[in-house]
Amino acid sequence: MNKNNEDFSNCPLPIDSSSFITLAHGGGGKLTHQLIEKLFRPAFNNSELETQHDGAVINIPSEKLALTTDSYVVRPLIFPGGNIGSLAVNGTVNDLAMCGAQPLYLTAAFILEEGLPMELLWTIVQAMKRSADHAGVKIITGDTKVVDKGKGDGIFINTSGVGVIEHSLKIHPKSIQPGDVVLLSGDIGRHGIAIMAAREGLGFQDQVESDCAAVSHLVQNLINAGIEIHCMRDLTRGGLATALIEMAQTSAVSINIIESEIPVREDVKGACEILGLDPFYVANEGRFVVFVKADHAKYAMEVMRKDELGSQASIIGTVMEAPKETVILKTQIGTSRILDMLSGEQLPRIC
Amino acid sequence: MKYVDEYRNSKEAELFANAIRKSTTRPWTLMEICGGQTHSIAKYSLQDLLPETISLLHGPGCPVCVTPINLIDKAVHIAAQPNVIFCSFGDMLRVPGSKENLLTVKSKGGDLRIVYSPLDALKIAQDNPQKEVVFFAIGFETTAPANAMAIYKAKLDDINNISFLVSQVIVPPAIRSILGSSENRVQGFLAAGHVCTVMGYQEYEPISQQYRIPIVVTGFEPLDILQGIYLCVKQLEEGRAEVENQYSRSVRKEGNLSAQKIIQEVFQIVARHWRGIGEIAQSGLGLREAYAQFDAENKFPHEVHSQERSTECISGLVLQGIKKPNECQAFGKSCTPESPLGATMVSTEGACAAYYRYQSV
Repeated sequence: MNKNNEDFSNCPLPIDSSSFITLAHGGGGKLTHQLIEKLFRPAFNNSELETQHDGAVINIPSEKLALTTDSYVVRPLIFPGGNIGSLAVNGTVNDLAMCGAQPLYLTAAFILEEGLPMELLWTIVQAMKRSADHAGVKIITGDTKVVDKGKGDGIFINTSGVGVIEHSLKIHPKSIQPGDVVLLSGDIGRHGIAIMAAREGLGFQDQVESDCAAVSHLVQNLINAGIEIHCMRDLTRGGLATALIEMAQTSAVSINIIESEIPVREDVKGACEILGLDPFYVANEGRFVVFVKADHAKYAMEVMRKDELGSQASIIGTVMEAPKETVILKTQIGTSRILDMLSGEQLPRIC
Repeated sequence: MKYVDEYRNSKEAELFANAIRKSTTRPWTLMEICGGQTHSIAKYSLQDLLPETISLLHGPGCPVCVTPINLIDKAVHIAAQPNVIFCSFGDMLRVPGSKENLLTVKSKGGDLRIVYSPLDALKIAQDNPQKEVVFFAIGFETTAPANAMAIYKAKLDDINNISFLVSQVIVPPAIRSILGSSENRVQGFLAAGHVCTVMGYQEYEPISQQYRIPIVVTGFEPLDILQGIYLCVKQLEEGRAEVENQYSRSVRKEGNLSAQKIIQEVFQIVARHWRGIGEIAQSGLGLREAYAQFDAENKFPHEVHSQERSTECISGLVLQGIKKPNECQAFGKSCTPESPLGATMVSTEGACAAYYRYQSV
């Protein structure tokens, strides 16, 4: 927060007497123009960001494109390890990366609630810029709307992304085959616990930080290393279990995973034990699973571990032919059970 | 994780499983009291490690499951009042009432907050003096001390805009009720470790003697449960009927005396209705007269006429160990965690939800 506040010293706004977003900032008039020119444009500064035009015109150096869009409504807006801005960039970058694409451009649409402190907007926009720079993407066009006080939750952000696919791999759940090996890029459960702790004011002794990060570099390293990737999936809402179950169902295979191979940090484990949550179903924002050809698995793990983000990458299981559409977990004590899709939200238990 | 991973060790689990197999010469039916134990049994597929002759029945120790429908309906009514902030533990929200559950009230604009401790509700009351805060004080002996402490503090600090909708129940009368039933099949109990951490286990000794039944105070990790089963089977095979303490790292014979004192201060023994089972004499805790001002039922007097929606649901029989979840016709068909017919399908500690969620291979 302190760091973010320092950033605010560079904020060109407030440019008038208001240090809060007003309806006039979304009215399309002078204040809207000033908001774009003084806040968004300097932050996302790049040659493609053409505010005088209705959209951005770009040259794409590839025949094959990936497109994705996602909306971000997280609460609280700022949480340990990130904020809604970093999440809005990393989430969309990761969706492109999971298609095997090199992310290039993002759009950003903001729905701001009247009364949002300008300082907070600046902090969020700065986080977007940092995340975009880190992921090597440019934010090239956008939109801003303001809604009445009480009609939004501070700020909602939608980002869409374009990436190029410059390889011949067919990355899709239907490419998953019996014999494939499943790798996980790192420890699980941090984002969900960080958000829950911040939202509910749970004072854990050690603060858990979200894993919010762009994984596109890690994916490109795998592709560049010549790993035969059959499928990837980032682990967001619903966590590792839900992602694997969806993939087992789409690809009509059995995915067998081993509990003891799945890294969960001690603080996350502790929080889950106390709250009665299963880390397998807790949200992540910087983790993914990748299905690779069996004899590429060890090399894939080495490649991932060379990157800091993948330093805890591990082989967590294999794909079998049957029972189809099923994920089987070998538990810590050596028994096996079926992992099932979660019903609704995980609710903290009583005792 | 320290004090947890040691009790999830596959080699030790196999050792206990072998010991159970070796000492079992005939069929035995055991019941684990606590929903937390049921959850562990299903989550770790412990039944797969046991010989077929050992049958586990799942007991009534899921607070969400046994909270009477009448109280859920009252909670729904109170939570829908305009000036009320209704605070509850998370897994109460989906429990079906006669018409609605608490989540429905929330979606219609009710101010419903999930809290992790009754003391959080107290803080909300202090922060919102113009509102009436109501806490849904449910649970077994495990939640009773914290709930009692919150009520005690409310009186001490003169916080008058908070009240408690109380549905506290206690374990020993439920065990007696199961053992007294003509349909009883249970031959040995795994008592709930956390309940005994608070209350100790002296009160189980007369039950064990009267009904000639082994009762083993047992923890919640897979190795705890396997060891509890082993101790119970050993007693049965040797013709003994005693109270034993498997969970000695947490439970002392006399329990936690400070916790018992605060329970005594605030609560008195009353008859309670258990959802699916019916009224059990002296099986619950109610507010003493000195704390009656904090009773939400006094503050929001309202008659509700409750009726179970489903005639198919056998959760009462499941809670008494007479049937298993998968013996219900509705299980996994018309009754799922998305649209539960009974409370045992709602809470993660309910036997039906545990069976549904953790399927053996």
